[in-house]
Amino acid sequence: MSGLRAFRFMVWAGIVVLGVFVIGSTPLSGGSPTDEVSSGTAKVGGSFSLVSHGGERVDNQSLVGRAYLVFFGFTYCPDICPTTLFELTDLMTELGPVADRFKVLFITVDPERDTQEALASYMTSFDSRIAALRGTAAETDAALKAFSAYAKRVPLESGEYTMDHTAGVFLMKADGGFGGMMDMHEPRETRLEKLRRLAKGQVTSS
Amino acid sequence: MSSGLKLTVKLTCILAAAVLSTSAFAHQFSQGDIKIGHPWSRVSPSTAPVAGAYLTVTNSGTEPDRLTGGSTPIADRIEVHQMTLDDGIARMRPLPDGIEVAPGASVELAPGGIHLMLIKPNQQLIEGSSFKATLEFARAGTVEIEFVVQRNPAVETGSGNEHGGHGQ
Ligand SMILES: [Cu+2]
Repeated sequence: MSGLRAFRFMVWAGIVVLGVFVIGSTPLSGGSPTDEVSSGTAKVGGSFSLVSHGGERVDNQSLVGRAYLVFFGFTYCPDICPTTLFELTDLMTELGPVADRFKVLFITVDPERDTQEALASYMTSFDSRIAALRGTAAETDAALKAFSAYAKRVPLESGEYTMDHTAGVFLMKADGGFGGMMDMHEPRETRLEKLRRLAKGQVTSS
Repeated sequence: MSSGLKLTVKLTCILAAAVLSTSAFAHQFSQGDIKIGHPWSRVSPSTAPVAGAYLTVTNSGTEPDRLTGGSTPIADRIEVHQMTLDDGIARMRPLPDGIEVAPGASVELAPGGIHLMLIKPNQQLIEGSSFKATLEFARAGTVEIEFVVQRNPAVETGSGNEHGGHGQ
């Protein structure tokens, strides 16, 4: 019983710590435009170069002056990856043309199984403005590094493997600065507001 | 619009929502002491190599039981997996021994936690469709169920301002 209590306490303590962290790390909500690039803990927004599911090369140079969203995932993920894509699709549908003002990039951390053809088919289920990006192993590593993101291949007993990966959505401002994370557990209104601000930011700076 | 009419419209919406949500929830299956509540699966993207499925297991018996996996005509196999999110890192691991359900207890398989994973579905899961599956329990044996395919978990869609909206 006391073990359960201790566990409960730890869970609550964890929630409090996480809450403080989240509140302290949302530059989009009221942060000054000067606090870009560094999130305080890790650098976000380095160079990368990948190919979209439509066959187009997308790199940090081609995104200069564009606000964009990035998240990492893979198609052998049944839960958080398709959910994020479906939810982004819903948010973009609601925002309508406002969502034209930023790009949405889904970078696969599993280029071995997520071929361009597989991604092209997979992406037909989502908002057509979302691009799935893929690179060689080296290009994928570089992209992860550019966002201080994490991915690791984990072999399974079945002989197959799964991927551990950073789950949040990175918001990148048009000036190249890091605009904080979007968590799919946040209330829908909060997420919409973050995206509207991101879209507006691009309008004023271009 | 008169306030009376407004109230009528509002009531109709509430009633419609109630009818819709009960129809979405009103399916459960049982076998011996094991009861399976609202098995559902999320709409899957085109040619997705895996799909997640969720349900609640209740054990009304006096002995612990264990959900170890299952099968379905629409996929190679069904495994029990666990998703965790620590420090912003998502990890998924098979639970080869399945998940224990203590006597008198309920275990909820839900997004972001434990799920059933359909390996290599042979069809896309379309909203509103359903598919049959057989769950395997260590004690209760097999339980025949039917999953309904939903776009969102029912509990998350209940905020009243959603009806008549967008997203179709
Ligand atoms: Cu899984």
